[in-house]
Amino acid sequence: MSHDTAHALHPPTTTGLDNRKLAIWTFIGSEVMFFSALIGTYLVYKGKSVVGPFPHEEWTSPTGEHFEHIFEIPLVTFGTAVLLFSSFFVVLALAGAQRGNRKMLIGWLSATVVAGLFFVGMQVYEFSHFMDKGLGYTTNLFGSTFYTLTGFHGAHVTVGLIWLGTLLILSLRGKIPPEKALNLELAALYWHFVDVVWIVIFPVVYLMK
Amino acid sequence: MATSAVEHAAPDAPAAHSKTGVWSWITTVDHKRIGIMYGVSAFVFFMFGGLEALLLRIQLGSADNTFLSPDVYNQLFTMHGTTMIFLGVMPLSAMFFNFMIPLQIGARDVVFPRLNSFSFWMFLVGAIVLNVSFLFNAAPNAGWFGYANLTETQYSPGLNTDFWVIGLMALGVASLAAAVNFFVTIINMRAPGMRLLRMPMFVWMSFITQVLLLLAFPIITVALIFLMADRYFGANFFQPDANGDPMLWQHLFWIFGHPEVYILILPPFGIVSEILPVFSRKPLFGYAAMVFSGAFIAVLGFGVWSHHMFATGMGPIADASFGLLTLLIAIPTGVKIFNWIGTIWGGSLQMKTPMYFALGFIAMFIIGGLSGIMHAAVPADLQQTDTYFVVAHFHYVLFGGSIFALLAGAYYWMPKMFGFMLNERIGKIQFWLMFIGFNITFFPMHFLGLHGMPRRVYTYPEGLGFEFWNLIETAGSMLLGFSFLVFIWNIWLSKRAGVAAPADPWDGATLEWSIPSPPQEFNFAEIPTVHARDPLWEQKRSQGRPLPEPPRVSGEGIHLPNPSVKPLITALGIGVFFTGFLLGSPWPIPASLTINLPVVLIGFAMTAYGILSWAFEPA
Repeated sequence: MSHDTAHALHPPTTTGLDNRKLAIWTFIGSEVMFFSALIGTYLVYKGKSVVGPFPHEEWTSPTGEHFEHIFEIPLVTFGTAVLLFSSFFVVLALAGAQRGNRKMLIGWLSATVVAGLFFVGMQVYEFSHFMDKGLGYTTNLFGSTFYTLTGFHGAHVTVGLIWLGTLLILSLRGKIPPEKALNLELAALYWHFVDVVWIVIFPVVYLMK
Repeated sequence: MATSAVEHAAPDAPAAHSKTGVWSWITTVDHKRIGIMYGVSAFVFFMFGGLEALLLRIQLGSADNTFLSPDVYNQLFTMHGTTMIFLGVMPLSAMFFNFMIPLQIGARDVVFPRLNSFSFWMFLVGAIVLNVSFLFNAAPNAGWFGYANLTETQYSPGLNTDFWVIGLMALGVASLAAAVNFFVTIINMRAPGMRLLRMPMFVWMSFITQVLLLLAFPIITVALIFLMADRYFGANFFQPDANGDPMLWQHLFWIFGHPEVYILILPPFGIVSEILPVFSRKPLFGYAAMVFSGAFIAVLGFGVWSHHMFATGMGPIADASFGLLTLLIAIPTGVKIFNWIGTIWGGSLQMKTPMYFALGFIAMFIIGGLSGIMHAAVPADLQQTDTYFVVAHFHYVLFGGSIFALLAGAYYWMPKMFGFMLNERIGKIQFWLMFIGFNITFFPMHFLGLHGMPRRVYTYPEGLGFEFWNLIETAGSMLLGFSFLVFIWNIWLSKRAGVAAPADPWDGATLEWSIPSPPQEFNFAEIPTVHARDPLWEQKRSQGRPLPEPPRVSGEGIHLPNPSVKPLITALGIGVFFTGFLLGSPWPIPASLTINLPVVLIGFAMTAYGILSWAFEPA
């Protein structure tokens, strides 16, 4: 993120691609491996927990304690939809930035941040709710892998929110003119990636039985 | 986060920055200075790692020796491996990435100079975390591979493994930041006409290495996160009680670990591919084959990890597949070796010191490569695994390979980096000392391994027939250690003698030889235009005579990125954050809190401040 005033003096790059954009794509390529390892581990350990609670089935412990199944699909489906819409919102915000339409930029960027906040809020609620249902981080393999995978995704969403929030403050001060729309585009690329990861996590973790 | 090097700063930005003094080094964003800092610190750590090895060798010099206790032995062999890989060979390669890639592609700096400075400081933080452990008598002691569940709290209760986990995480951050930087630099900062298939081979091999770093390091990061979660927060990833599978660690570790060995060897491949043509007076044989074999090695590198795990009982199908894939690697590697030989063939060889080391590299690497192929045969490997035969193998590829090539690179490029010539005679003496010492130390390990001497064990009983070769090896290792003192002596003596290096002492083929030695801060007064492979040879040929010594110019009007202390603040912030994981909770309650929360939060705040102030600082 560069915000110096004298800008647009880019000497052409070898490929014509913007350096920072290429760097974000490179970083995303690396992140794919990060999430692949997390998701792969979740799959390897799926159904391997020796004690409950379990994601989709009820469980009664040897001492007679009863546990409901953990996942509740409606809430997370709604959260998923909101996160996906936030990707759409940030595209509109970028279009606003590129056209110099400040209202469009600020409006849709705010909507993106609100949607992201909603998703993180949903996750916080979900985590505490699952804890109440008896699934701690140390309870079983399901708990360890589920909280680690979705927790790291949530941390990525949070970083994206800080980034987009910073850009929102800048745009409120009029510091994202069209020639600096790339600053938003970089954040948007990252944001889309975080959403795409969730598109994989949602069916693999929540829907697959 | 980072701003491109080529982006110009605000006109009112502070333009004049002091060029000398400690502060100028701390805040430097100059790829050449960062390269030198990588080189110096890596060499210091390399000497540490060597000292650790010599202590191990003294212990093994005789049967039933009590020079080192088993615990200290474990710490030393773990730190020797971890140090040589992460703090020795990788940053020594990083020194050449930093110094040479921008020069060879005709650029004024890397694409993100401040990110580059961050990578170095982050590396230093990780390296210090790892080595500080010695002061607490708690150096990592579970092997550089850190096999679970040996590393779980019930078997490794001390801080040893915590230092290891946290040090490696910090080093991973450094490597990833650097990899993004060099990946984009090589794609986007090439001089006009420097098409991909005109790039010097060192740039090509470095480029492939960056891809490996980008794809392999996230996986070790995840494995370390799991281990940390188990150790600190009671998770079950590697706990057999909870049905956690220690094999998962091995898979994740080696999916990283095998590409890692190519991360260690591909840059040396590139260095040797630069040196052989220059000292054979003819272009590299089979340029395109060299590029694609390098890429093929990298691709295969992700499909052979389980050959480190034949002894774990994966079953015949997995064993056979991984064995076959491993054999395949012999093909592109063989292509490289034959091309190197083809390069020398019929050349008019200039037997200078870099050439000695490069030729030594080929010979030693072939030996290591051949024993590598032997490991690919599963039944043979089951006999060799965990013996000194394996130790012999990977020292032939890592020392005989990487270190010989890195020294070749040092003798080749140090005149460019520092502006004085190294003493040829002492250089050749060092080569022979090192070559002989190396072979005396490591060749007998083949015999000991086949006779069944196990690795990672602190001593051996009398009467098994291990005494003789072990004593010889220990003597050889002293000679090997001594050869590095000769190297230091050479640098010191040559610096004092001060024979100034001309711009092009070797009649080089690549762009770094077209500018003064040492290069000026802006590298190229005018960005060169490239018309062919081996651009400098092409230029000399088209003019029909040697080029005149390039003048040192004022460089006025050339914009350079401003120095910055923000990368250091960010790296220190991450260091403080991680330190919080080593200190333990300051409060008795809750007992489950295993980290020092205030320190972690201070580190987090420092990191956030570092990143945000960096983002808003004019480049």
